[in-house]
Amino acid sequence: MAFTFAAFCYMLALLLTAALIFFAIWHIIAFDELKTDYKNPIDQCNTLNPTVDRVKKIKRVRLALKLVLPEYLIHVFFCVMFLCAAEWLTLGLNMPLLSYHIWRYMSRPVMSGPGLYDPTTIMNADILAYCQKEGWCKLAFYLLSFFYYLYGMIYVLVSS
Amino acid sequence: CNTTKRKENVKSHHMTPSNILQEKTVPLNGNSISQIYSGDSSSTTTGSASPVPNSYESLEGGGYSGTSLQSPPAGVPAKQAPPFGYNYPTMHPAYQQSPAPKPDPSPSHGGYNPPGYQPYSQVLTLLSSALGGLSGVSELEAETLRPMNLLQERNILPPKRAPPPEPNLSNDLRKVNCSPDTFRCTLTNIPQTQALLNKARLPLGLLLHPFRDLTQLPVITSNTIVRCRSCRTYINPFVSFLDQRRWKCNLCYRVNDVPDEFMYNPVTRSYGEPHKRPEVQNSTVEFIASSDYMLRPPQPAVYLFLLDVSHNAVESGYLNVFCQSLLDNLEKLPGDTRTHIGFVTFDSTVHFYNLQEGLSQPQMLVVSDIDDVFIPTHDSLLVNLKESKELVKDLLNALPGMFTHTRETQSALGPALQVAYKLMSPTGGRVSVFQTQLPTLGAGLLQSREDPNLRSSTKNVQHLGPATDFYKKLALDCSGQQIGVDLFLLSSQYSDLATLACVSKYSAGGVFYYPSFHHIHNTAQRQKFQKDLQRYLTRKIGFEAVMRIRCTKGLSIHTFHGNFFVRSTDLLSLANVNPDSGFAVQMSIEESLADTSLACFQAALLYTSSKGKRRIRVHTLCLPVVSQLSEVFAGADIQAISCLLANMAIDRSISSSLSDARDALVNAVVDCLTAYRANGSNIQPSGLIAPAALRLFPLYVLALLKQKALRTGTSTRLDERVFSMCELKSQPLQQIMHMVHPDLYRIDNMTELAALHLNDSVIPQPPLLQLTAEKLTREGAFLMDCGSVMYLWVGKCCNEMFICDVLGFPNYASLPSNMTEIPELQTTYSERTRAFISWLLESRTFHPAFHVVKDDASTKTSFFQHLVEDRTESAFSYYEFLLHVQQQMSK
Repeated sequence: MAFTFAAFCYMLALLLTAALIFFAIWHIIAFDELKTDYKNPIDQCNTLNPTVDRVKKIKRVRLALKLVLPEYLIHVFFCVMFLCAAEWLTLGLNMPLLSYHIWRYMSRPVMSGPGLYDPTTIMNADILAYCQKEGWCKLAFYLLSFFYYLYGMIYVLVSS
Repeated sequence: CNTTKRKENVKSHHMTPSNILQEKTVPLNGNSISQIYSGDSSSTTTGSASPVPNSYESLEGGGYSGTSLQSPPAGVPAKQAPPFGYNYPTMHPAYQQSPAPKPDPSPSHGGYNPPGYQPYSQVLTLLSSALGGLSGVSELEAETLRPMNLLQERNILPPKRAPPPEPNLSNDLRKVNCSPDTFRCTLTNIPQTQALLNKARLPLGLLLHPFRDLTQLPVITSNTIVRCRSCRTYINPFVSFLDQRRWKCNLCYRVNDVPDEFMYNPVTRSYGEPHKRPEVQNSTVEFIASSDYMLRPPQPAVYLFLLDVSHNAVESGYLNVFCQSLLDNLEKLPGDTRTHIGFVTFDSTVHFYNLQEGLSQPQMLVVSDIDDVFIPTHDSLLVNLKESKELVKDLLNALPGMFTHTRETQSALGPALQVAYKLMSPTGGRVSVFQTQLPTLGAGLLQSREDPNLRSSTKNVQHLGPATDFYKKLALDCSGQQIGVDLFLLSSQYSDLATLACVSKYSAGGVFYYPSFHHIHNTAQRQKFQKDLQRYLTRKIGFEAVMRIRCTKGLSIHTFHGNFFVRSTDLLSLANVNPDSGFAVQMSIEESLADTSLACFQAALLYTSSKGKRRIRVHTLCLPVVSQLSEVFAGADIQAISCLLANMAIDRSISSSLSDARDALVNAVVDCLTAYRANGSNIQPSGLIAPAALRLFPLYVLALLKQKALRTGTSTRLDERVFSMCELKSQPLQQIMHMVHPDLYRIDNMTELAALHLNDSVIPQPPLLQLTAEKLTREGAFLMDCGSVMYLWVGKCCNEMFICDVLGFPNYASLPSNMTEIPELQTTYSERTRAFISWLLESRTFHPAFHVVKDDASTKTSFFQHLVEDRTESAFSYYEFLLHVQQQMSK
């Protein structure tokens, strides 16, 4: 039993995936809030300046929308680590998500800053539903890969 | 005007029963024109029988009393209503004799059945075979469902502009329902479930014109505005009163208390009649809102004009026209004593004008640092119009002359907009931008993206989306500070409207485009610009507005179309709202509507008037819910469907590609007709069968495909294409329909037969003609009404009497090729023609450009491109299109 680079990669990936799971949950909550906003009747008259409650909520949504790039970078980062550690199977499992991320970022709307979501189209029901579904799928993927990394780490530690 | 007429017609419902019976016997084509025009047709009057209830519960007025079809409308307490909700008890015998005293039809064909239509008995035999099992359908509903073989029936166009279909509601509800000019639904019978909607393959959506100029509007001032406690719906005619103290919301079904104040009726000055209050008697009302509805004191009217004064702009000469127009209308600008006004001009630098009261003349301040543009002085750039009127007038008189010798060709639009935003953000208001070229300096500079060689390519059209998000971001900032930006583009060159329009799109402004504007060489454009400005400057305006659309539980909003920023799933933020903009909303059915028989939609627009009052305008629309596919088809409103499809197609062409959007449009027709065929019309297996309600569907879709916005193969400038898209997205329905399918009339032989008599003027009513060159003759003169432009086509051998009497020239050869108006001659025929044209323009807010087109003139093509039924080198003729659809259907 020795502590190899591969084992280190798995450990790191484990920790980072935990963070990604957190991001995914945040993402789901944010889009849910966007969608169910109309259920809050109090703000009908407060349409000009948002109340404190609303400000908090808006900040939460904004933060979630900003977390996109860090999420992508983290994922790319441990994919590169797996590449270096020559963990081909793990890398292969991550390839679909990696290519999806690249495609998603390539096809984003015209924007001068970084980011993915356009405030003018985000409320479109199709896009909203798509983003929600995306969030759930990613959450599932990260959860599964979390356990897979755990298994992979133990396997590497035991077998070496 | 329309509203008053509708009112008149509504009165006819109150006539004595005998009268009504008489009307019932009037043949459909024998109605007077005035009745047809008013949007209320004979079939409406005949249909005063209420539907037969389908469940006994509803008879008692309990249960879902307010929402069931049979119950009396909210205005009438249940106990007062006679059983079955009949309005005219004495009429029972007559109606019992009629074959099917079933729900009211929702005819779209009502007043315009031409004499040549099939006789009724024949329709009935057809009907019995076509609708075999469907017993619950009345004759007239069957008429809208009458299968038609489009390949054989050539004359499908109604001789008059068709009124929208009437929803199949009891007479009381119909009477109070919202005007179709304001609020229209693509399906006047709402399907019960999403599955049923999917089966019909028709889009469900609303077409709104919420801030329309109205002649009659009940305005209500009260301390408490009665609203549902859970969904915040405003009380409306379709709620039900359970007893004197409680009412049930028609959107979420919550039972609410009636507040004490509401018990008193200010109109009749009586107590204890909440159902007689104006809120419950009218589906369009306006409330004066209390301070609960504001977060800051209502803003004053603030107008900022941002004027391009580069060489190009001066050359086009728009400044003269603009300054003169503003001078003429300075008094009429909507506002009060607090109204503020300001001017900023820009070329490669940005110029400000200090108009502080007390100065002897306006002071010009130039900021040349366009990378970091700043406001030179803070308090006197936006000045009170009343106090500084003289200075403003001085400036307007001086402005056109100030830049005549400029050599500056650059345009720093981006920085100018940024500084306008800074200037306006403390108050909010309206910024009007006049731009004549591509912005070339500073932030937001753009490059030319159009390749002229690709203008007529049949392949994909590129660059329909914005090149940069600068203008969009700016618009969102503006929207946040309640600033609306209106863009006037007067450019002969490519100016990337696709990018520039974003500044108006997301700040709820408007876009105006005058291609190749020149104040001398292009008279038609100049006149149009002048008239548009006149309307633009004097029309009503609402500031810091939001609009919320609520709908019955189970329905939800899918997508919005128009110029605004979507703040939340059902809330639009409109920095400015103007009476000329329309909105479209796509809806989806999330939960089954099986336990209700009525669906309601409410649009509430909260705005600050130019007089500094906070007001809420509320429109409520009520429609029946149906469970049969045939009823969904019967209630289809083809004009609304076409408009909604146009909006969807434009979104598609920007997000995906133009060819995708065109395919989707064709597929919409194919799918819908396939669905209709699959719905068990086993009659007439050959041919292209469509229900009468949808008979114009292929025609309208073909017309859409030939619109500037969506056509391919015909040379179209990118800017004109994008402008056409902007128009389709933001105009109200009537205007779009004129654009898509213009009206063609022959006007050289108008007679007084069937003419309309309105306040001692005679308005002839020539029939609508199909848009095909086949209908044109060289002996005639034809008027084509395309909404924003009108053509009078004069044939080579046109009657010289007509040319002489109406156009004021002795013969065809002497007609000039660029005539842009009809002279006011004192001949009978001239008066008649002008009466007809002004009648067409009556309800129009913007004056169309007018062109007299000679058969041999070069402008002929612009006239002929609107003949959508004809074949062009790159597009189908109508008949070919039908064959294409048929072919697709058989795949």
